Amino acid sequence: MATEFHNLQELRHSASLANKVFIQRDYSEGTTCKFQTKFPSELESRVELTLFEETVKTLNNFYAEAEKIGGQSYLEGCLACATAYLIFLCMETRYEKVLKKIAKYIQEQNEKIYAPRGLLITDPIERGMRVIEISIYEDRGSSGSSSSSSSVSGSTAR
Amino acid sequence: MSAVMITRKVRKWEKLPGKNTFCCDGRVMMARQKGIFYLTLFLIIGTCSLFFAFECPYLAVHLSPAIPVFAVLLFLFVIAMLLRTSFSDPGVLPRALPEEANFIEMEIEAANGNVPSGQRPPPRIRNVQINNQIVKLKYCYTCKIFRPPRASHCSICDNCVDRFDHHCPWVGNCVGKRNYRYFYLFTLTLSLLTIYIFAFNIVHVVMRSVDQGFLNTLKETPGTVLEVLVCFFTLWSMVGLTGFHTYLISLNQTTNEDIKGSWSGKNRGQNPYSHKNIIKNCCEVLCGPTYPSVLDRRGLMQEDSPAAANSEGPCSFDNPVAQTTKTTAPLIPNEHTPDDVKPSIAAEKSSGPKDDQPPAAKLPPLASPETDAETSIAKNQ
Repeated sequence: MATEFHNLQELRHSASLANKVFIQRDYSEGTTCKFQTKFPSELESRVELTLFEETVKTLNNFYAEAEKIGGQSYLEGCLACATAYLIFLCMETRYEKVLKKIAKYIQEQNEKIYAPRGLLITDPIERGMRVIEISIYEDRGSSGSSSSSSSVSGSTAR
Repeated sequence: MSAVMITRKVRKWEKLPGKNTFCCDGRVMMARQKGIFYLTLFLIIGTCSLFFAFECPYLAVHLSPAIPVFAVLLFLFVIAMLLRTSFSDPGVLPRALPEEANFIEMEIEAANGNVPSGQRPPPRIRNVQINNQIVKLKYCYTCKIFRPPRASHCSICDNCVDRFDHHCPWVGNCVGKRNYRYFYLFTLTLSLLTIYIFAFNIVHVVMRSVDQGFLNTLKETPGTVLEVLVCFFTLWSMVGLTGFHTYLISLNQTTNEDIKGSWSGKNRGQNPYSHKNIIKNCCEVLCGPTYPSVLDRRGLMQEDSPAAANSEGPCSFDNPVAQTTKTTAPLIPNEHTPDDVKPSIAAEKSSGPKDDQPPAAKLPPLASPETDAETSIAKNQ
């Protein structure tokens, strides 16, 4: 089984990156931001299906809330238009507010659920809202990786 | 080996691929060719200055002071919309990082199975069902991603843009998801401003001619002739463009889709993104949520190695590359993968290309870019 890590700091310092899994977007309902809830096989031995699904569903709900077209978005749009969009220099848009909530939620999930299991979720906004990147870590002492896919060599080259 | 300590903080915009120009330390993002944008700015400011100088004093006195006031407000709104369209991120999708690109390659390989040698592998397409319509997602060889629905690769800016409408040289930027409403408001208000100036020019000439005669009027306010000329030609194109975009908005279509005929002909009425209701479509496009930029332009780069590039020098206005002027038609709609892939791939690690071009440096080629072009041609026929 995966080695226990106690917090994110320990994860970064004492573990090495073994693999990354990418949860793709679900376009079945159009271009609104929604991620697939299909459970990747690489995570089967790492985290419970229910926890994973809960995380992705909550993220999907957050994004749906941000992109909801209704009374509040119309009001924001019309007000902004009336001020030639200068109001956005001082006011935060609803989407940005929700993005902050999402960032906080992801950090919370990482601390409580994923880091102790040797996993790390990257905020989708850092990947262009295309994928949810889940990094799988191995304790530096242990040999081999538990996943069947080939491992990524070295650190991320940016 | 001497390690040079770089103390200057590098912001992410300096390392972004693609042919964009960044100003104000990453706050402003435009295309590389800005000549026509300066022309647009010059025409608008020039014509309005002439209007304020020549016509407004007379009209304010003889008709109403509200006329120049309203003209000023309209002018400021037009400039604000123009700058907002030109300077904002149109909705650029960042390129896939190596791990993501590899992950996608492996998925494609798994999906294709074993391709007998000598046979071309199938084109990289993903089918997605949206509202009972099959939409094909194409693979972008430059960005190494499957493009989301409605996204397209702009060859001028060398970026994939979400909800790509077109690349507008007049505005000096792509028009995409994030700045489409500003672009539409710009065309709308510029049409109104043009009509306004044109109308009041005529009024002014008529009123003054009654007092002084036509030729004397023209002598006193020479700017009028110039304004009328500019407004006359601008009017027809702007009103036409505004009408065209109003039509597109009511159908929730992009210029790109309209030109390609994605939802016309036998597909008419099957646009999966349309709400089938004009009001709802308009509201979604114009009053929808303001999407954030996913390009973190002003974030600080994490210095992984001491050789963090200082090769680009201080914040430069333009990349030191010969600017090729590609401006032909005012509307330049869509992607053009095959030719653009060649230089970008040649610049990457060369891993003994056996086929035409290796799409990824690490894995053997699965499909060459030409197959992608062939399928799109076959589809259009």
